[in-house]
Amino acid sequence: MTTPRVGERTGRIGDSTARPDGTPKVTGAFAFSSDLYLTGMLWGVTVRAPHPRAEIHGVDVGPALAVRGVAAALTAEDVPGRAVYGLDVPDQPVLARDTVRYQGEPVALVAADHPETARRAAAEVAVDYTVLEPLTDPRRALDDGSPQLHPGGNLVRHVPIRRGDPQPTAEVVVTGEYTVGMQDQAFLGPESGLAVPAADGGVDLYIATQWLHVDRDQVAAALGLAPELVRLHLSGVGGAFGAREDLSMQIHACLLALRTGRPVKMVYSREESFFGHVHRHPAILRYEHGATREGRLVYVKAEILLDGGAYASTSQAVAGNAATHAAGPYEVPNAHVDVYALYTNNPPCGAMRGFGAVQACFGYESQMDRLAAACGLDPAEIRIRNAMREGSAAITGQVLDFPAPVAELVRRVRDRPLPPQRSTDLRAMPGGVGGTTHGEDVVRGVGYGVSIKNVCFSEGFDDFATARVRLEVTGGEPVATVFTAACEVGQGLVTVQEQVVRTELGVDRVMIAPADTSVGGAGSSSASRQTYMTTGAVRAACAKVRDRLAGRDPASLGDEVIDATVEWRHRPTSPLDPVTGQGFAHVQYAFAAHRAVVDVDLGLGLVKVVELATAQDVGKAVNPLAVAGQIHGGSAQGLGLALMEEIQVRDGEIVNPSFTDYLIPTVLDMPPMSLDVLELADPNAPYGVRGVGEPPTISSTPAIVAAVRAATGRNLNRVPVRPEHITAEGLSVEAGR
Amino acid sequence: MRFLRPHTWAEALGAKAEFPDALPLMGGTDVMVDVNFGRARPNALLDLTAIPELRTWAPDGDALRVGAGVTYARLVSELADRLPALAAASRTVGSPQIRNRGTAGGNLGSASPAGDAHPPLLAGGAEVELESVRGARRVAVEEFFAGPKRSVLEPDELIAGFRARPATGPQYFAKVGTRNAMVIAVCSFALALRPGEGVGTGIGSAGPTPLRAYAAEEFLAGELADRWEKRDALPGPVIGEFAELVAGAARPIDDVRGTADYRAHVLRVLARRTLTWAWADHCEGGAGCA
Repeated sequence: MTTPRVGERTGRIGDSTARPDGTPKVTGAFAFSSDLYLTGMLWGVTVRAPHPRAEIHGVDVGPALAVRGVAAALTAEDVPGRAVYGLDVPDQPVLARDTVRYQGEPVALVAADHPETARRAAAEVAVDYTVLEPLTDPRRALDDGSPQLHPGGNLVRHVPIRRGDPQPTAEVVVTGEYTVGMQDQAFLGPESGLAVPAADGGVDLYIATQWLHVDRDQVAAALGLAPELVRLHLSGVGGAFGAREDLSMQIHACLLALRTGRPVKMVYSREESFFGHVHRHPAILRYEHGATREGRLVYVKAEILLDGGAYASTSQAVAGNAATHAAGPYEVPNAHVDVYALYTNNPPCGAMRGFGAVQACFGYESQMDRLAAACGLDPAEIRIRNAMREGSAAITGQVLDFPAPVAELVRRVRDRPLPPQRSTDLRAMPGGVGGTTHGEDVVRGVGYGVSIKNVCFSEGFDDFATARVRLEVTGGEPVATVFTAACEVGQGLVTVQEQVVRTELGVDRVMIAPADTSVGGAGSSSASRQTYMTTGAVRAACAKVRDRLAGRDPASLGDEVIDATVEWRHRPTSPLDPVTGQGFAHVQYAFAAHRAVVDVDLGLGLVKVVELATAQDVGKAVNPLAVAGQIHGGSAQGLGLALMEEIQVRDGEIVNPSFTDYLIPTVLDMPPMSLDVLELADPNAPYGVRGVGEPPTISSTPAIVAAVRAATGRNLNRVPVRPEHITAEGLSVEAGR
Repeated sequence: MRFLRPHTWAEALGAKAEFPDALPLMGGTDVMVDVNFGRARPNALLDLTAIPELRTWAPDGDALRVGAGVTYARLVSELADRLPALAAASRTVGSPQIRNRGTAGGNLGSASPAGDAHPPLLAGGAEVELESVRGARRVAVEEFFAGPKRSVLEPDELIAGFRARPATGPQYFAKVGTRNAMVIAVCSFALALRPGEGVGTGIGSAGPTPLRAYAAEEFLAGELADRWEKRDALPGPVIGEFAELVAGAARPIDDVRGTADYRAHVLRVLARRTLTWAWADHCEGGAGCA
């Protein structure tokens, strides 16, 4: 891999290419959506319910309107169009009208000439609540005595999978119950945008999002406007990880702008951000694995409860993913899986990197380690014995018609040399700069994790991306311009489109037009799909351009402009059978394997991850540098879930909504990584690409926990692992020393 | 909001007398977080950053006098030999940017039970210098804290600095957090050995205020009285009893950062380890290198 020079604007498919926004982001010069500014703009602020469950008897915005500088104060009565929104199920009120279903739910809006004025006025809005007992335990969501939080009951979706023998038996059986805490995407750029009313009665919204067109459709519906009157423009995005797939302040800013006739900016504070987006579903997973004495899987039984919180968001699709990935990247002839996504009064949960596969992976990989122990096998060996390969059938019956080098990935991380014994630098010890050990009670462990993740949208979703490519001669030189609505959220799409055009058209100068809704939809920058989809669309548009070029040299075009637009689709998928869960649900799977090496201070329960070795098949590395970045970042996010990242919820209320107490890994927590990137082309995908972003997030978590188990002998059935989980079982030993 | 920016200490004391509800501002690493989160809307801010003498330290008799405006970064780079536990604690504060701005004086002003500077100041027997237009007074650190984020500072008083004797023996500070850097203490502990004299301790994040473990100090001082010269190994039961007494001095609670049981457990472990390290240093004749 060569390191590209900053500012270099070359690079075709397969070349490491520097991102143009890299240096500005590092130096602080990059303009994020929170930096948007227009002279004369107003500042919008959200009034949020303090209770996880309550009835609203009245909202009085009069005291807020009386504050000097306030231009508008709106309630549910002021929503002119559809009163609810949602990605799959429109069940979430734009502003709560008579019921509050989670702490922090928006109830009213205020716009003022200064953010402080707006905040103070918002505090004056008087809401008459009757506080009700919240439903916070997902295990009780379906009980007869539990309150019905939505008209259709508290079940968002049940996904069954039934494959093979319904009553299988096996020589070796292991069971386990596992719990996954609520992780947050913790992007650094809070929800923010600027809505500008337009002369035609419409609105222009400058916004950091993952999916412009679905935002637009929901905003237009709420505003009661035709979609073409609502124009969305992608603004600087400070990370996404799924948290920008649902709306946050989009409708609110537009409501205020249209009411006041003035531009309105909204920026969530860090604390508000924790209430302003969906989180990863907490999960309770019960597993039973049956195998032969040789460790070959006979069956997997699983029951997974996903706490969807107050609104549906993407819970249906997350449940589908948890179910179809429930057995992991392993061949297993018999499966009996039930996944339930449930409504509660906890914070709403939805998309986050890994999307249902993360929770399942912690369960099935913990089980594989138990099975290895029960069969007397090495943890890597049991994974290799059961590994999926090309031609394997998943528990949905789907046959993998693309490379699936699971065993090879495990071998590669297993065969890496182990890192040296720990150094004497205190910062390399568990506890880091805290200086809590000089090596006493420190033990080392090694663990493995392997992930499987669907790429692109699944279960029959009409998944497409649009690209328009224009070729012309400017200043005597051929220039290609690419127009899409595809969102660069940090993942690296920013170089991909021009790499495709250079490869396909042989034109060096490629301009990427700002992403907006003036072209057709690109779908979401999620599900590890955007490079796959937009690469397909841009390549197809280039092919059209090339056809019209008919062999001519692009430099000879003169005044002719070639302009081609393509709406591109991956091959169709099918819904799951509602009874058996069988079906061709996923267009592609991606795989990654991790080996984690950890040092644990047994006395204090502190963990230092010493090394993460990763092997991942990416089909084709479009930009190898960006691929490495995705694997590093994804692994770090998985490390966070393993050891520290959790939104703590007590009685429906978030108790740690800050970066003081919601901890994400620092550079002293994230170890050096060794990467093995395989490129086994998927014949169904453009250039053979395979989604990259999610698999490393999924497998690093169970690998690290397995390593901590190996070091400590503790069971550790819950993530994140907290220090007291490690010391609790050893308290008496320690105290007696 | 009124913004006051005195250029001399006398002006600062005058301003505080005139505006007793003015919130003193030095590094801003606590104050500005509260302001930016909307938790603090003080009527006045008293910016002390233009007063040069707050940023100085100097020997004064057998003690060191350290101005309230000396940053953590300077405590590490300039005073690690004389105040090793405080320097070790300073290294654990936030990020380099925070350490370049934050000060031990500000830490005292916030009076958080989790303040990293407090355990080493307690263990080192430091005194806080308080001053107002009415005059100056010194308060032992353990008498300075009045409750969670409360101190004995009068409304018209400012923290001028603190005084502490340079280390005469090994000192250690250890802090447990659930991340390897940039973390608020779940629990912390400082130990100072003063050969021939006694022992100092400081406990962080395990009670409503930072605490001294008096019974542990007394017990260990007694055990060490005839061992300072002999420099022989400490018996295991002595280390164990010291650890129990340290844990017994804490008044921890369950909160978002950890449980009371875990904190008590951590104190036992840290007390045992720091005493082991410090005594080994003493036996080797060197000073602690925490």
